[in-house]
Amino acid sequence: MPDFAQLSPHLNQFWVYLSASPLLGLTMTLCAYVLAQEVYRRCKYSPLANPVAIAIALVSIALLVSGMSYQRYFAGAQFVHFLLGPATVALAVPLARQVPRIRRAFLPLACALLAGCVTAIVSAVGVVLVLGGSGVLARTVGPKSATSPIAMAISERLGGVPALTAVLVIGTGIFGAAIARSLFNAMKIESHAARGFALGLAAHGIGTARAFQVSAEMGAFAGLGMGLNGVMTAVLAPWLVPLVMRLLG
Amino acid sequence: MLPAFALLLLFQCLGEGLVFLLGLPVPGPVAGMILLFVTLVLRPALQTRIETAANALLGHLSLLFVPAGVGIVAAAGSGSGHWLAIVASLVASTVLTLAVTGLVLRGMKPEGEGDA
Repeated sequence: MPDFAQLSPHLNQFWVYLSASPLLGLTMTLCAYVLAQEVYRRCKYSPLANPVAIAIALVSIALLVSGMSYQRYFAGAQFVHFLLGPATVALAVPLARQVPRIRRAFLPLACALLAGCVTAIVSAVGVVLVLGGSGVLARTVGPKSATSPIAMAISERLGGVPALTAVLVIGTGIFGAAIARSLFNAMKIESHAARGFALGLAAHGIGTARAFQVSAEMGAFAGLGMGLNGVMTAVLAPWLVPLVMRLLG
Repeated sequence: MLPAFALLLLFQCLGEGLVFLLGLPVPGPVAGMILLFVTLVLRPALQTRIETAANALLGHLSLLFVPAGVGIVAAAGSGSGHWLAIVASLVASTVLTLAVTGLVLRGMKPEGEGDA
């Protein structure tokens, strides 16, 4: 219970009443996001001011300061969380618009998918093992570029720690979305299609959200990269992760 | 707007059902996305009907990651002690993956130069 709520019994009662209702968690989520968007705008859309990261930080601080539990917060926030399902399905819409381009670029996209997926898994597992991380940790980071439900399922099947995998997936998304523009500029990767596909493949839904802020085309290719890499990671990780572990262990 | 949203939910249900019945290793919404994609390619007329609702959702995709993200911050205390290895792996692997994927695609034509 926060100190300010002790100021008066009425205020205290009001807080108890409000924090017991799902309204508060929902309001906090939307307010934090609106604020984060404003910060992002004022930072001239700098990728370092990633709105997802800022909104998460704002809500987390609010929970810490008020002493509200995550479960209680989520009772309201789940209404927003639930929309991730239909939003994922909705990715098919911009994607269908790009069918002629996907057809033309089928071979490069297939090569990029295979190269990117293998790079994501092998490099994540390799770095952990070289720096002395355990086998469990290696199995936990392996699927980190896949979208979180896929990554957690793979982590569990491989014998990793799914909850920690979820942390790494979100971290990967935020970091990938933050550095992508500078990296692509430095490497002279210019087309929105290529940028989007790489961003979605490497940084899943958070990368895709970032791509949609740039253009519908980049967003569509990011959605494609995310979806395909999710499936590809589910196929490759179960034998690629043990293989790297055998080579480095 | 409302019929379009109903359609998105319907495809999510179909995706969830398919994953459950066939024991597929992908999440239901991803299967739903693939089903809707195939449907839209076969019936392009559907596209304009659900475009507005789809764009409304996708325009605020960032917002939808906030609740899960907060949960992860709440759970992050359970770190396994190897934070240096974890952070190094995450940073190196994400940079490499972006670079490799982008480089393989670098020849792809930029927006608008299309039709060759």
